[in-house]
Amino acid sequence: MNFEFTEEQLMIKEAARDYAQRELIHDVIERDEKSIFPEKHIKNLAALGFMGMMVDPKYGGSGMDTISYVLAMEELSKVDASVSVIVSVNNSLVCFGLSKFGSEEQKHKYLTPLAKGEIIGAFLLSEPEAGSDATHQHTTAEDKGDYYLLNGTKNWITSANSASTYIVIAQTYPEKRHKGINAFIVEKNSPGISLGPHEDKMGMRSSDTHSVMFTDVKVPKENRIGEDGFGFKFAMKVLEAGRIGIAAQAVGLASGAMERATAYSKERKAFGTELANHQSIAFKLADMAVKIENARNLCLKAAWLKDNNKQITIASAMAKQYSADMAMEVTTEAVQIHGGYGYVKEYHVERLMREAKLTQIYEGTSEVQKIVISRDVLKD
Amino acid sequence: MKILVLISNVPDTTTKIRFTGNNTAFDDSGVQWIINPWDELALTRALELKEAGGVDKITVANVGEKSTEATLRKALAVGADDAIRINTTANDAFYVATQLAEVAKDYELILAGIEASDYNGNAVGGMLAEMLDYNSVSAVSGIDLDGSDFKVTREVDGGYQVVSIGGPLLAIVQKGIAKEPRIPAMRGIMMARKKPLNINEPVEGIDKTQIIKFELPPPKAACKLIDEENAKEVITLLHEEAKVL
Repeated sequence: MNFEFTEEQLMIKEAARDYAQRELIHDVIERDEKSIFPEKHIKNLAALGFMGMMVDPKYGGSGMDTISYVLAMEELSKVDASVSVIVSVNNSLVCFGLSKFGSEEQKHKYLTPLAKGEIIGAFLLSEPEAGSDATHQHTTAEDKGDYYLLNGTKNWITSANSASTYIVIAQTYPEKRHKGINAFIVEKNSPGISLGPHEDKMGMRSSDTHSVMFTDVKVPKENRIGEDGFGFKFAMKVLEAGRIGIAAQAVGLASGAMERATAYSKERKAFGTELANHQSIAFKLADMAVKIENARNLCLKAAWLKDNNKQITIASAMAKQYSADMAMEVTTEAVQIHGGYGYVKEYHVERLMREAKLTQIYEGTSEVQKIVISRDVLKD
Repeated sequence: MKILVLISNVPDTTTKIRFTGNNTAFDDSGVQWIINPWDELALTRALELKEAGGVDKITVANVGEKSTEATLRKALAVGADDAIRINTTANDAFYVATQLAEVAKDYELILAGIEASDYNGNAVGGMLAEMLDYNSVSAVSGIDLDGSDFKVTREVDGGYQVVSIGGPLLAIVQKGIAKEPRIPAMRGIMMARKKPLNINEPVEGIDKTQIIKFELPPPKAACKLIDEENAKEVITLLHEEAKVL
């Protein structure tokens, strides 16, 4: 077993850290407050290769491994989880899905500009009545011979307005239940697509989230991903890989809050000495450090398994559930260490805490991860 | 034109400085190493000059052990074309300049950071220019190619001086030479492994200095805040405590 990173992995981590600490930090509070989409940053990150990190350079990607991706996600998320969720959805849902299951034509037409970050992508699975339970898709994709006709509504779509390429999961054969589901590449400017209002979220406010309505939207046959009825399997495979990105995001939120809490506890004095000299604070920091390290190791193990083409279902569910719940706990403690300052925006930790909450909800709630994990634990 | 950028491998600027061996050596355990910030700016300017045309190749050179290769690899990832590592311990400025003189002869322009952020010696650039018998300008905050000459801006007391100077030139550069260092793109990071990193064995050289002892600066005294109504107390403190009046 080798716990050492390669020179390239460390350079990517440093590049992500430099970008986050030098650039993202400047306007992160304002973008959060006013819900401004980080267009300039996404463009810059694309130029550095962060939008298609794991895609084959043949299709415009950077050809990096999942370990590098985890390291980059952590560093970006320490400062700005709104930016990192846009990066995550584009990388681990959209680009990964197309790289792994797209046809050659689909890869040339859609994956290449997505991996280069010339356009961004969105993944449309959740529905008003189907979030965690993806087997019940109300959005329909009727087979009309040479095209599919899409009707229905998708909810909570990250980058819905900024993305130009959607991957949409819809039901073609309701009687076959989840085996009748398909996945499609849909261009956002197709006639019949409309967006709901911008969601006014608690955190990750700089990413644009909307519902998306489809009314008789024609999708060419060649835009179906994989065989007829492959959509549910596609979504599950993509999500289990995507969880690693969100788990790494949660680790970043926690370690970003931890870095701030550590620095603050060395500066701020109470009862005549620095906070860090009070055991109640020092022990809090020790607990936080152990939890972060645990979560990071779960993420890295899941990433390693993925890079080595091994089964990741359980490892990624464990990484996501533990990291997300840990991030909520650690960011809350970071606010506590900051006292009153932690409750105001200038000190960043309240935002990290608001953002951590979402990691327990999206791309499979902590409860859904526990279903996956417990089924494995209890299997005969 | 070929440019050589001298690269020092230094501890990250946030490193907590500690000493070992009865305060005779720097304790480098757990230290993160980076490109000396002034050298990084020099490299950035070299890349800008190359992008503007007229530069064929940028080489980076470092005197150091194998562990310094990560720093050179980063310079390659940012855009340098090749790298030279002179395989020896960088003991003192004269020794380092002696080693660099061996590889620096073929370059029309050499860029050296004004100092390295570890020992802040401010010496290698000047020594190397002397050894090579190159023209040299110090405290350079701007450099452009001007035909076969160079247009160099240097800081002088109270202002700037613009100098036109022929090559070969060794420019000792400082802040202002480039806006901010570049972040390597992933394509650059992947290409860095394929770019040549040549290892040269050192030539004979002598250390002209010897470190006897390190000492940390005295800790900063706490800041005293005085109410605005008590202006007189400020005068008294400046007079009696700080003894500056």
